[in-house]
Amino acid sequence: MALLNTDKLTIKFGGLTAVSALDLVINQNEIIGLIGPNGAGKTTSFNMITGVYTPTSGTVVFEGKDITGMKTHEITKLGIARTFQNIRLFGQLSVLENVLIANHMRFGSNLLSAVIKTPSYLKKEKAVYEKSMELLRAVGLDDLKDEVCTSLPYGKQRRLEIARALATDPKLLILDEPAAGMNPQESLELMEFIREIRDKYNLTILMIEHHMAVVMGICERIYVLDYGVKIADGTPSEIQNNQKVIEAYLGVE
Amino acid sequence: MKREKVIQSLISIAAVIILLVILNKVLTPFQARIFNLGGIYIILAISMNLINGFVGLFSLGHAGFMAVGAYTSALLTMSREAKEMNFFLEPIVPWLLDVQLPFPIAIIIGGLMAALAAALIGAPVLRLNDDYLAIATLGFSEIIRVIFTNTQSLTNGALGLKGLPYIGVTDSPKEAIWWIWGLVIITIVFMVLLINSTYGRAFKAIREDEIAAEAMGINLFKHKMMAFIIGSFFAGIGGALLGHYMNTIDPLLFRYLLTFNIILIVVLGGIGSITSSVISAIVVTIAQELLRVLDGKMQIGSLIINGVPGTRMVVFSALLMLVILFYQRGLMGTNEFSWSWFKKLPFKTKKAKIS
Ligand SMILES: Nc1ncnc2c1ncn2[C@@H]1O[C@H](COP(=O)(O)OP(=O)(O)O)[C@@H](O)[C@H]1O
Ligand SMILES: [Mg+2]
Repeated sequence: MALLNTDKLTIKFGGLTAVSALDLVINQNEIIGLIGPNGAGKTTSFNMITGVYTPTSGTVVFEGKDITGMKTHEITKLGIARTFQNIRLFGQLSVLENVLIANHMRFGSNLLSAVIKTPSYLKKEKAVYEKSMELLRAVGLDDLKDEVCTSLPYGKQRRLEIARALATDPKLLILDEPAAGMNPQESLELMEFIREIRDKYNLTILMIEHHMAVVMGICERIYVLDYGVKIADGTPSEIQNNQKVIEAYLGVE
Repeated sequence: MKREKVIQSLISIAAVIILLVILNKVLTPFQARIFNLGGIYIILAISMNLINGFVGLFSLGHAGFMAVGAYTSALLTMSREAKEMNFFLEPIVPWLLDVQLPFPIAIIIGGLMAALAAALIGAPVLRLNDDYLAIATLGFSEIIRVIFTNTQSLTNGALGLKGLPYIGVTDSPKEAIWWIWGLVIITIVFMVLLINSTYGRAFKAIREDEIAAEAMGINLFKHKMMAFIIGSFFAGIGGALLGHYMNTIDPLLFRYLLTFNIILIVVLGGIGSITSSVISAIVVTIAQELLRVLDGKMQIGSLIINGVPGTRMVVFSALLMLVILFYQRGLMGTNEFSWSWFKKLPFKTKKAKIS
């Protein structure tokens, strides 16, 4: 059984069909790429999977359960976490707080015990702190834990977003242009890092990315969107040699 | 580390209590009244700051929740005779006539009624986004006022209620200091514990970015409801205290101007900081008292200006606009009082270097 699949996923904004009859099949532990020109409907597809937009028609099935039209926070709880194309950190808060917040959903203390700080609450608070610090270490931001997150350089903010998403204990991690704004060296490191976390946390990863070196380097399969329509899918080498894709997106060398 | 924090907090509370003892000795009854009003405004400002500052909801309903708290507590504490005297146009509903509860229980019920009102109104309005939320809560607040003006046999309508028992049992502002400031301490401690918990972090996340907060699994509606209900509970308590403090309440007291007054305190201090609400509430209360001269007759050289009532509110509104234009983060932004401030003082730093 696929971890996630979408069936004829379609969304219309007024007269514009942003995504049209998109079928995706994503299996456990795969790293999947979603590519295509700007405005092709990639982010919109992510927004439908995560419940930000309700599709006009079609379904999203996660672990055999139909999650179409569910609320975003419910979908996160089922195990889908994401990052955003235009970074959405909790700006005024510290690096550590950003990650701590993502633990709230599974914290499991009621309001009263959180206020009066019962021993069981304090124990959980400590566990959450340690888990968050471990995630920050994993992305190399542990020594910046008290910085206000907007003061970080771009690349670090992107890594913080990934750490924050991981703190929700996802099964499927969805990354929207994680290498945007990174230099080639950082992009290569990121590639390595994505593979590492996939193995370490037993994740499945779906990512939108424009850096072809990154996409071709780590994705096992790739879907290509153009004007909201899937024009190809396959392994990196199949995609690189696909005539339609070359015309629509990769360009003719 | 944790122990150190607990000890520091206990020292702070002890220091405040000692301060209260001293103030109780040195303040004149008039000064004590102003000091008490400052305390009431602290409770009101903190409760608004939870809703508007920490969760970032643009709610303008505070006066409505205060009215609910004030009327509830007033009706529950007034004696049968006092009620019969007030309700001369139309007698009070019989089931309320003989109810007379001790003051502390009555204000808690006042808070609970305000919380209940928040739960009822919150369910529809907290699903709205910011601008609509502001309009809907403002509307709610005005509707409460209109209802209270027209439920003659329950609230005595436009005539209002006179002769509310004063705070405490002895009718003295000095005894009231203990009641009011005791509640101030409880409110502050509660809010600090709440804000520094996983729920407080969730609230701030909603303020910073709703879309990201929801993507992190935070149920927006549920958490907004929580903050709205808790904030309104304390608004109800503050409203009840204000009623007893003023001895007289009527629907006009709870106009949007009252909400505006509290917004002024919260914004001047700094949205999203408990410490700044405390300082700002005291400064604004005292300043409004001192600036009362502006409302009276003034003589500058040979120029005599006849007082225009409301001048001081104009001054305060102008001040608020200046703060919003040039100093948006208020007195101290989202910063809180912290013992580490003392560690930053020069003499401490030197000591640290030696060791
Ligand atoms: N909320 C919206 N309302 C109207 N149009 C939208 C909305 N969100 C996305 N679109 C449109 O859908 C198309 C796909 O956008 P998007 O998914 O962001 O593209 P990309 O593939 O670059 O991520 C674009 O034409 C965009 O303008
Ligand atoms: Mg996009």
